[in-house]
Formats: sequence, structure tokens, C-alpha cells
Amino acid sequence: MKEIFRAAMVIARRDFTAIIYSKAFIFFLLGPFFPVLVGIAAGNLGGQIAREAAQPVVGLAMVQSDSEKLLKARETLAVNMGESYFTQMKIVGYPARDGATNPQDYLKKKEDNLSVVVTGSLEDPTVTGTRRAVERESAGIELLAAYAKNPSAMKLPEAKADFVAETANNDKQLRTVTAQGGQILVFFLTMLLAGMVLSNLVEEKSNKIIEILAASIPMESVFLGKLFAMLGMALLGIFVWTAVGGIGLQVAQGIPNFPTPAVGWPIFITLCFTYFIMAYLMLGALFLGIGAMAATVREVQTISMPVTMAQLINFFFASYALTKTGQPVEQFAAIFPFSSPFAMIGRAALEPNLWHHGVAIVGQILFAILLLRLGVVLFKRNVMKSGNAGRIKDAGKRKLFGLITVRG
Amino acid sequence: MYAIEAQGLVKQFDGFRAVDGVNLKVPLGSIFGVLGPNGAGKTTMLRTLLGIIDPDEGVRTLLGSDRPITQSRNVGYLPEERGLYQSMRAVDTIAFMGALRGLSLKEGKEKGRALLEEAGLGYAADRQIRQLSKGMAQTVQLMGTIVHDPKLIVLDEPFSGLDALNQAKLEKMIRAQAAKGVTVIFSTHVIAHAERLCERIAIIAKGKISFDGLVSEARDRLRPQVHLETETLDGVWRKALPADTRAEGHWWHFTLPESGVEPLLTALVEGKAGIKSLSIERPGLHDAFVAIAGESVAAEMDEPVAGETL
Repeated sequence: MKEIFRAAMVIARRDFTAIIYSKAFIFFLLGPFFPVLVGIAAGNLGGQIAREAAQPVVGLAMVQSDSEKLLKARETLAVNMGESYFTQMKIVGYPARDGATNPQDYLKKKEDNLSVVVTGSLEDPTVTGTRRAVERESAGIELLAAYAKNPSAMKLPEAKADFVAETANNDKQLRTVTAQGGQILVFFLTMLLAGMVLSNLVEEKSNKIIEILAASIPMESVFLGKLFAMLGMALLGIFVWTAVGGIGLQVAQGIPNFPTPAVGWPIFITLCFTYFIMAYLMLGALFLGIGAMAATVREVQTISMPVTMAQLINFFFASYALTKTGQPVEQFAAIFPFSSPFAMIGRAALEPNLWHHGVAIVGQILFAILLLRLGVVLFKRNVMKSGNAGRIKDAGKRKLFGLITVRG
Repeated sequence: MYAIEAQGLVKQFDGFRAVDGVNLKVPLGSIFGVLGPNGAGKTTMLRTLLGIIDPDEGVRTLLGSDRPITQSRNVGYLPEERGLYQSMRAVDTIAFMGALRGLSLKEGKEKGRALLEEAGLGYAADRQIRQLSKGMAQTVQLMGTIVHDPKLIVLDEPFSGLDALNQAKLEKMIRAQAAKGVTVIFSTHVIAHAERLCERIAIIAKGKISFDGLVSEARDRLRPQVHLETETLDGVWRKALPADTRAEGHWWHFTLPESGVEPLLTALVEGKAGIKSLSIERPGLHDAFVAIAGESVAAEMDEPVAGETL
């Protein structure tokens, strides 16, 4: 076992060095910032479009005094309730001397962009427009009309603020937000990084180095070393992204305020980190095994999509299980190795118990070893076309999964 | 103890028996050649012996262990299909290959530089493999094969792709390693290399070993050839010539009779043949190979591939 790890570290060091000294690594580090930049650009563009786009307006066609009171009421209440709560208003006309108005004429004028037109009086306003627009605007207009009619009767008292850190309401339901946040973060990191190991053995196979490696060290070391190298690269990437992201959030003063998880923030973060490593090792071992079967980069690309889809299904399952705490589906998600890290992140956010995390992590490590071993066996059999003899028969011993010595 | 022992090794691919019941013993400290034409099963046999792949049947031990990978630190292997990381520096490549076999990277680098200096390639130590010529890259890989001072070196078609100068250097290196007590096994389809270097050979064709023993034993399977020139063309002495005698003017070529050269000489002298020239030529390995493996197999041998000299 010691030799397997020693040799694995030789492979890991070589791969890690080769990766971080390559120009492509810069793009790897910059990768996650591209969506952020695209998001910011798209947000700004969307905002500009929204600003420049014609906003709906409520047209007022009441007697002048009523219209002005309504405008004044909007201006006052918008301070308390927010500008966006009320649609913009403008006076579009006044009733004829005989009191007759035709709001539909105002609605036909494109330049005013009116959604509805208010006629009548403050005591008895009439809102004209499409059903949807009328239903949307009526409540606001009624509120403004009531306030405009008698502002003193609707004087809003100012509430004093008294902040506390926790409330009774900050329980499981709120912590679910934290759980989902942790799950999404770990899932995306795993999806981004674990998929990269798919093509990891292609280089060795294409340049025939695999022959030297297979003759020198156990194939388990090759697989483990490659997994460690990619994990090291992933952790380096996470460190850089976290540092840059942290600085960005500090500058923007926009650190999201997630509810405190049940196990507390330090343990939760540690567990998220650990479960990321576990998810990475398990998926990485699986992908390495699958990728090792592929003879060319093209084959690797072909199997990338179904592999990503499988990851998504796994994530959705774990997310669904989050809402079923304590139920069989959630227990299954916690036990099923591939969904276990995500389900256990959910548990860490919702339940304070720690012992089941220990059990889960040990189980996940064993499963990762099993997957790795299985990948090696399949690689030897299917790619290297290795047989199953060669040992002196009278030893009469075989190793189950390379770990347990058994007779026979 | 033998460096390598194999018994009843079988390795088949999709029903084709690439190695078919091989029995082999390679004594420690010898230079051992595995001779056979392309596709004879040499590489598969070596890969099986080294534990790169396991056989379908049979057993093998490498330096006494039936788990060859456990002897990794004592073995150096140069595969037929050379492969190196193109972006790695020459010295790092040697150190990496040493590290795979248990050497520390620091020691590997030191030894790597020394080996490159010794081979006259010290100036290329810090160059990337992709910047080296094919021959230089092959030399680097060879350095990586021996950097950890193995007890057993296995070279699969090591002369393939080398020019005459580098072939001579490689032969020198093989002899130097053998002089240190290292067992060297190499496969080749060029009989001349085996004849110059090996004490023992195995001849393999169609996955089967048809001969395993000393080069001298292989040669001894054939009787020496006698080339005789006489002044006269006829006389009673002609009766002393063996039945397989081939005449070319005053020249007579035949296999030395089992009774030896003395009765023949007596008959020639007493019969007044007038001996002008007499030479007894010991058969070469090529002749022995033809006798052992057959004409058709021999015809496939000694055909140099591109970039190769005999």
C-alpha cells in the first residue's frame, strides 16, 4: 500500500507540474470568470434595454384637482413603499364640460404608452384598460385614491429597527437555503473539475508511456496519481477563485447572508470541502475508468455528454431528497455513494449530528477505492488485454479487490 | 536462481495465440537474446514476463518473484514503442523514470546529468524532449532505463531506429552493464546483434520457443563446413569426400564428417589430391537459425526496418 501511494505521488507530481506550467492552466483559472463577466455584461445590457424600453404609464383623465392629488399621493407613498410599487402616472386630459370622457381614445395614442386610464373621481374612480392591466393596477390606484382623499387618515408610523442574530424561524426551513447553496457550489465544482479526468489517460496511451508506467508501478498508482494531480489542480483553482471571489464580494460589499447551518459555519465549510473531495474522488475514479477505455480524444468527447447528464440526474436527486428529510428517499440519497456527498451537505445544514458524517466519509472513501480498483481491472482486461494467470499456483492465494487475501 | 523463469506461458488475443506455451530460463548475469521475426511474439512474451500483462495460462517468475511488479526497482525496461512526455526536459525524464523505480528525484537528476554527460549529451540535459532528435530521445529513454542501477535490463528491439553509430554505443552499453553483473535481455529480429552480444539466445516463431540455450549450442547443431581446393580433380581420394559434397571447379565444399578431419586429411594426402587450400568454417548463428527455425522464418529475419542498419 505504501508503494502504491509513493508511486502515485510520482505520477501526481509529474501531472500536476505539467498542468500548472502549461499555458492552458491560465485559461483553466480564468474559466469561471468568463460566465461572471458574461453575466455582468448581460445584466448591464438588460438593464439598459429595460431602462430604454418604454415603461407602462397610468393615464389620469380626472378633474384637475383629483389628478393632482393622485400624483401627490403617489409621490408620498412611493417614499415608504418603494418607487417600483406604483406604476408611473401622468395627466393625459380632463373630462369635457359635460363630464364626458372617452378613455379608449387616450389608450390608442402610442406615444403615451398607457396601460390604463383612470377617469371618474377619487371617491369613484374608473380604471379602463385590458383585463390584465386593470387587475394589475387597480389595487394601487385604489390605495392612492384613498390616500389622496384623506392623507391624515392614512399617516404611516415609522417602525424602529431592532436587529437580532437568530430567531425561532431560522430553523430547518431557512437552513434549506444554506443546504441548497452548499449543494450547488459543490456540484458545480465537481462537475467542472471531475469531468476533466475523463481524458487523463489519453496522453499516456497515445504516446506509449503507458507501457513504461505499467512495467514500473502498479496500475492503481497510475490511476490514483492522476486523480491526485487533478484534485491538486482543482484545489488550487478553488483557492484562486475563492480568493478572487472573496475580494470581489468585499469590494462589492455583497456577501450573501445565508442562514447559519445546523453544525455551524466552520464545520459546515469543512464538511463541504471534504464532501467536494469525496464527490470528486468518486466521480473522478469513475470517469478515469470510463475515460481509460476510450482509445482517442474523440471517443472521450463522445462520452462526455452522457456523463454530464448522469451527474445532473444525480444532483437533482440529491436536491429533491433535501426536501424529504428523514424519509426513505433522503436516507437512500445519503447512502447511495454518488449522491451521498450532496445529501450529506444537506444534512450538515439541517441537522447538528456529526457522527453520520464520519460514517458517510468512510463509506465514500471505500467506494472511491472500489471504483478505482474496478477501473484498473477493466483497463487491464479490456485495454491492455491482460490475462488472469502467471502466479505460482501452489501459493493458492488470490487478493480480492487487491485488498483481502483469500484462499482459492 | 534465474533472472526469469517461465513455464507453459500462453497469451492469446481474440483467439490468436501470440505466446504459445513458452518455457524459458534466463540465467542471472547473462546477455540473453530473444530472436524472432516481426510478429513472432517477442514483445508479447517480454510484456508477459515483465508483468505488464498477465498470461492466460502458465506461470513466470521475475528475479524469483511471481509478482513481477514487486521487482520493479530491480528492473529496467525499454519498450519497443518508445514513448516520452514531449514537454519534459531530458534530465527530468530520466529522473522521472528513475522515480518510478524508487529513486529519489534529486538522485535521479544527478545521475541523469552524469549519464547524459557520459553519452556526450550533457548540453541537451535541459532541453525538452520535443527539441531533441529521435536518436537523442531514444538515448534519453535508454538512460531512464538504467538510471536506477537495475539488476535486470529488458530491451525490446533496442537497435530499431538507431543509426550505426548509436547501435555501436548501445552494444557498448549492453556489454558494460553485463560486465557489472547485470542480466540483459533484448529482443531483436537482426541475428547479427545477437551473434555479437549474446551468450544465450531463445529463438521464437509463431509464439513458440524453438530453441533456448547457448549461442555455441545453437551453432553446434550444425556441422562445420569444409572448403577444400585441390590440384587434381580426380583420384581415389574422391571416395573420402562426404555425400553432400558440392564441387566448384577445383573447389570442394562439404560438411565436416562426424569422424572428424583426420581421416579425411589422410585420404587426401595418400590419394595425392594435392591440397592447395583447406579451411574449416564453423557455422554462423544465421545458419543455425535457419536450421532451427526453418527457411521461411529466417527469410523474415535480418530485414532491416527504416533507419536501421545491420
